[in-house]
Order: sequence, then structure tokens, then C-alpha cells
Amino acid sequence: MSAKVVTIASGKGGVGKTTAVANIAVALAQDGRKVVCIDGDIGLRNLDVVMGLENRIVYDLVDVVEGRCRLRQAMIRDKRLPDLFLIPAAQTRDKNAVSPSDMVRLCDELRQECEWILIDSPAGIERGFRNTIAPADKVLIVTNPEVSAVRDADRVIGLLEAEGKTDQGLIINRLNQSMVKRGDMLSVDDVLDLLAIELLGIVPEDENVIVGSNRGTPIVLDGKSRASQAFMNICHRLQGQTVPFIDLDEHDGLWSKLTKFARGGE
Amino acid sequence: MDFLNRMLGNKPKSAKSAKERLQVVLINDRTDITPAILEALQAEIIEVISRHVDVDPSTVRIDVEHEGRSQRLIADIPLRSVPRRRAG
Repeated sequence: MSAKVVTIASGKGGVGKTTAVANIAVALAQDGRKVVCIDGDIGLRNLDVVMGLENRIVYDLVDVVEGRCRLRQAMIRDKRLPDLFLIPAAQTRDKNAVSPSDMVRLCDELRQECEWILIDSPAGIERGFRNTIAPADKVLIVTNPEVSAVRDADRVIGLLEAEGKTDQGLIINRLNQSMVKRGDMLSVDDVLDLLAIELLGIVPEDENVIVGSNRGTPIVLDGKSRASQAFMNICHRLQGQTVPFIDLDEHDGLWSKLTKFARGGE
Repeated sequence: MDFLNRMLGNKPKSAKSAKERLQVVLINDRTDITPAILEALQAEIIEVISRHVDVDPSTVRIDVEHEGRSQRLIADIPLRSVPRRRAG
């Protein structure tokens, strides 16, 4: 086995990086792949709660780097999917506890253990970001169709190019198609025009994402919502399959039409 | 008033202005060329060119254009036509 290392970055915080990592990881594991996620946000760890594994942490990334435990000991096995693991970030340290070469070394050791390594990058473009992109074979940039998120994504893309990390994919998260139709949200084409990189996925805005993180159950696990379908498509494209992008204009079912009507329309 | 504007379709769509503003901002971010630098460039280019040929400063246009992720500086400098001297 020699894993592919995929880092998920965005520049701006709060665009949905962690949710994307959790869902893509679950989707890959459901496809029968062996996956290890690494939370690269030292001091502000969150991938553990989003995945629902917060109660099982014993060792973390910094413990591995500083030699207090073996790599295997810091890998928390997911309770639902036996081929999914998480290496949590340390919560009481800062980004300087780890260096880019530590991350490269750690990932090189991990590559023998699994097929996919997904790294959740912190917001910003400083040390934490540098740590997480150092070992990356591919970088996914998550953005929202919104000025600040697109601008920060562009900055990250520029920095990646300067580092020679040219294998990139864009995920446009939280797209609200009714706002796009009204002319009040940047469309997928607008964002692609501006950022000019390859599109890997479009995730519609979906309340189920928050419900899922409330429960520590990434939405891909139930697989019914539109956002979860979008994440599964991303997982398949990552594995080299050609999957059509979801139809954003797909009509709502009768039930959601009725509830929207009851809520006063949308 | 807002309602009337909407009815008359006077208000530009916000996505359109987001895209236009981002186009300018991203060029600045990627190249470090601010509108002030462009203006200075334009003035200096006009000065140099005017030493040799006759140009109308008001028609000169200096812009950064982008294609994909690469940028280029485009200078459009129309020449003033010089009345030709007839031989003889």
C-alpha cells in the first residue's frame, strides 16, 4: 500500500473544511478504502467532534511527533467504519509544535499503512498551513460562493503554485441555487472564471450538515441528503471516476415544497 | 423606493458586482499592481512615448488582463495621425 496524501485547505475559516474532510473520509471508507485523517489544526482541534470520536482520544499528533507514543497508538479507529482512522490534533499546544518536515516524515510512515491520508488544514496561511501542505500529493481548496472566501482561496492557490503543488481541486461549498437564480450569489461558473482551477465538487447548502455535526455523524453515513450525494461524488472523482455534477436545479420533492410553503416560502 | 427600483429592474444584481469587484481585487492580490501603480505606469509610459511620437494622453489605456491564472500588462496607445507632407 502506498497512500495518496490529500490536504484540504481554504485560507478563510468557516467555509466547511473540516466537514469536507470528515465526509470525504467516510465516503472513501464506505467504498472499502483504508483512510487515515489527520487534524492539522493544532490548538483548535475539531475534526474529532465532527466525526464523533472526541471521547476516544488518548494520544495526538504532537505526541507522535515528540515520540511519546507510536503512530499506531495515536490512530483512533472509527466506531462505525473499521477502515477509518483519525489522528487528532493536540489541543494544548500551538502550530509551532510541529514542522513541515515532521509532517512529511509522519505521512511517509503512514503511507504504508493505508490508501488515503486526508489532512485538515487550519485557516490562515502561516505555519499550520505550511505544515499541512508539505506532505500533500494533492490539495483540495474549499470555498464558498462569497467574496471573502473566493479571495482567500485565490491567495491559497497562488501560494500552492509557488510551492510547486500544482495538483489541485476546487470544492464549492454551501451553494444556494435559489440565490444564484435570483442573481444574489456567485454561480459555479463565476467562481471557476475567477479562480481558474479544476472543479472537483459542488456541495449545495444543506441544513443536514449541521444536524450531522451536532450528532457527530457525518452526513455521508446516512447518504440521503443532497450534500451527502455531493460528497460521495467528490470521493468518486478523487478515485479517478468521471461522475456528472449534481443537477442544482433538480426539483424539490412534494414534502419539501409543502414545508417551504408552510414556512412562508423561500 | 427600493421596491420601485426592483420593479423597474434598476438595481444591479449583487452577484454581478461581487464578480466585478473580485476581478479587480484578485488582479491586485496576484500581481501587487494596485490601481495607483497602474496610474503611475500610465503617466510614465506616456511621457516616454511622447518624446518620440505624438500621442493623445487621454486615449492611452494600460490594463492588467488575465487569462486563466496568468496575468499580462496590456498597453493600448493610439497614435495621433500626422498630416502628411506632400512632396513638391
